[in-house]
Amino acid sequence: MLHCKMLTVVREDRILFKDLSFTIKPGEIVQIEGPNGVGKTSLFRLLIGLSTAYSGDIFWQGSSIDKDREFFYQQLLYLGHKTGIKPELTPLENLQFFQTLHAAKQDIDLWFVLAQVGLAGYEDVTTAQLSAGQQRRVALARLWINKCPLWVLDEPFTAIDKSGIAVLEGLFVKHAEKGGIVLLTTHQDMTLDSSLLRKIELGGAAADEDYV
Amino acid sequence: MKTMFRALFSAFFQVVAKELQGAFRHGSDILNPVWFFIIVVTLFPLGIGTDPALLERIAPGIIWVAALLAALLSFERLFKDDFIDGSLEQLMLSPFPLAWLVSAKVFAHWLLTGLPLLLVSPLLATFLSLDIDTYIALFLTLLIGTPILSLFGAIGVALTVGLRKGGILLSLIMLPLSIPILIFSTMAIDAASYGQSYIGLLALLGAMLITAIILAPFAIAASLRVSVS
Repeated sequence: MLHCKMLTVVREDRILFKDLSFTIKPGEIVQIEGPNGVGKTSLFRLLIGLSTAYSGDIFWQGSSIDKDREFFYQQLLYLGHKTGIKPELTPLENLQFFQTLHAAKQDIDLWFVLAQVGLAGYEDVTTAQLSAGQQRRVALARLWINKCPLWVLDEPFTAIDKSGIAVLEGLFVKHAEKGGIVLLTTHQDMTLDSSLLRKIELGGAAADEDYV
Repeated sequence: MKTMFRALFSAFFQVVAKELQGAFRHGSDILNPVWFFIIVVTLFPLGIGTDPALLERIAPGIIWVAALLAALLSFERLFKDDFIDGSLEQLMLSPFPLAWLVSAKVFAHWLLTGLPLLLVSPLLATFLSLDIDTYIALFLTLLIGTPILSLFGAIGVALTVGLRKGGILLSLIMLPLSIPILIFSTMAIDAASYGQSYIGLLALLGAMLITAIILAPFAIAASLRVSVS
């Protein structure tokens, strides 16, 4: 369970959001909504503990995320705008590296995972030679090999084609059924059943008007 | 407990292996600081004449200042690429302690930049007509001193990695910090060239290295958290 209490973030003298509180329970798929620049990425960066410039509290399974970083990071998978894929390594090497450094399934067949994301045959090419969409797919392959209950995905569908999005949505539903949490932003239309998807809207008129 | 240690060490070696692999695929990049080092040192005999006595007198200073500048050149790469492609974020979100993982990165960086300097140092000793005892002292100070440079430099890089033009600022942070290393190293080499014992100076450098190994990773990790947030 991820619980946020009274989060307030101020950037460049502007209030991004004020007293934001929400709780996300296991099994939920949550989409953070709002126009560009409203603070979705900022919110994600503080939810995962990368940014500490905020007031308020964030709890994961009842304990504050600042207190027990190592425990929290064993359960967190984050995918940002910058994917963290090394261009000079091959897709396979990138995934192997992810496997050692993060909470990942060790016994999984990486070739099979690469085939799942449509990269069969590209295992030995350096990632720099792949297209933008394919590079994103290498990053998304982490979704198949991690053991983390909490997925925080910032624009996971960027540069991904329609059939790819459908596969990912299927994966999200499966993850939620197993008691996982998916937290994502996207500007693309999702075909998910609205009963499965919860939306949190950021930035109303109030937030725009407030200056410090 | 045992599996935890194994996981820690395998993470360390994976980070080192990945750094080396990436560097070798980049090819020429890894040799540039060494070329720079060699060229700077060769320029001195050309510029000030080939009098062996004079060269021998100023050789320790030349080699050490060149090593410092070469190290400075190579620092940008330490975290910059990782910062740009997002793997630095992923490193920070790993369940392993960040200080441990950055130590692995610094170690790999030393293997790629400090070690080559050691390997070409016999060549440069010949250029500058050093005798064998002085050369041994030079080698030992480089062996102990370059890892300290890497560790100090990494703190500077971690602080400036988020800035658009961090290069100059990095040199301003890094060069004053390296003055003690420069002083003790050149004193040790001087002592060796007069045939005196320099073991005390080496011990001082060794103490600095051990302190740096223990404390610098925490400073690097903390600086990275500030830079990335």
